[in-house]
Amino acid sequence: MEAHEIVNAGKYIGAGLAAIGTGAAGIGVGTLFGQFLNGALRNPSAVEGQFGRLIFGFAVTEALGIFALLIAFLLLFAV
Amino acid sequence: MAGEAGPAINPIEQFSLLKILHITVGPFDVSITNSTIYMMIAVGLSCGLMAIGARGTTGAPTRLQAASEMAYEFVAGMVRSAAGEHGMRFFPMVFCLFIFILMCNVVGLIPFSFTVTAQIIVTVLLALMVFCTVVVVGIKEHGLHFFKLFVPSGVPIYILPLVVAIEIISFLSRPLSHSVRLFANMLAGHITLNVFGGFCVMLLSAGAVLKVVSVLPFAMIIGLYALELLVAFLQAYVFTMLTCMYLNDALHPGH
Repeated sequence: MEAHEIVNAGKYIGAGLAAIGTGAAGIGVGTLFGQFLNGALRNPSAVEGQFGRLIFGFAVTEALGIFALLIAFLLLFAV
Repeated sequence: MAGEAGPAINPIEQFSLLKILHITVGPFDVSITNSTIYMMIAVGLSCGLMAIGARGTTGAPTRLQAASEMAYEFVAGMVRSAAGEHGMRFFPMVFCLFIFILMCNVVGLIPFSFTVTAQIIVTVLLALMVFCTVVVVGIKEHGLHFFKLFVPSGVPIYILPLVVAIEIISFLSRPLSHSVRLFANMLAGHITLNVFGGFCVMLLSAGAVLKVVSVLPFAMIIGLYALELLVAFLQAYVFTMLTCMYLNDALHPGH
């Protein structure tokens, strides 16, 4: 194998590994919405006031998955 | 195997800066780029919306007036709830940030346009502006008491050094996470759209059976577009919400 092939292989393996992080963010988002529904079904009157916080938590959690995806994209297209 | 036949698509080509008008002042390159033009469009749109909205009508409010009032109420409510009545002094700054980022994100979603907020230099400067405002306001308002921010009350003395170190690191890393969050969301969203668009093109230029399959990535693009519209709004909201929280730290340090 030539040097650039090894580099390419490393790039693709690294991008694949980095994409695992998006799955981890998926666990986070699932927990977030699951817990929200759990609370919302117990006390539906509180839903209105907490919706903003739910969306805020979603955006912050999702951003971490996006960071992982960004690393994958950087490895694929920019390195 | 079929992918080899299609044209090569570079998903990060859309973020390249193109100089449209070359201007150099001394050692600085202040050329008008496509980024500058889209920023001007965003500023123009937000100013236009607010100018029309604030003009006032004799009868029932128009749609644009309702939209601008909703935006005002939304941001004012956010500032009040996160930074308190004191924070309303910073309402103009927070409102400008929100409208500017929202307009940049939404304008960037128009096909063939350019996303200003997917340039890290733009988001870093916005985040650094907020960071510097927080530090300057905090020190001006509270002097040395501002540094109480790093010393939470009710922490046992033997773990206090560790907590203070963590607080300082988290405070200093704020502009980083603040800017990268917006940048990465916009960048990754646009790359994903472009990659799925590339799938579509590849499948269309492949065999006859595969042409039918190209409906699948196209449907995915439509779904992603809806998500991106949500993300464009959410990231503007999150950016301003965090700005309010940081301003709250400057106005009321010491937890």
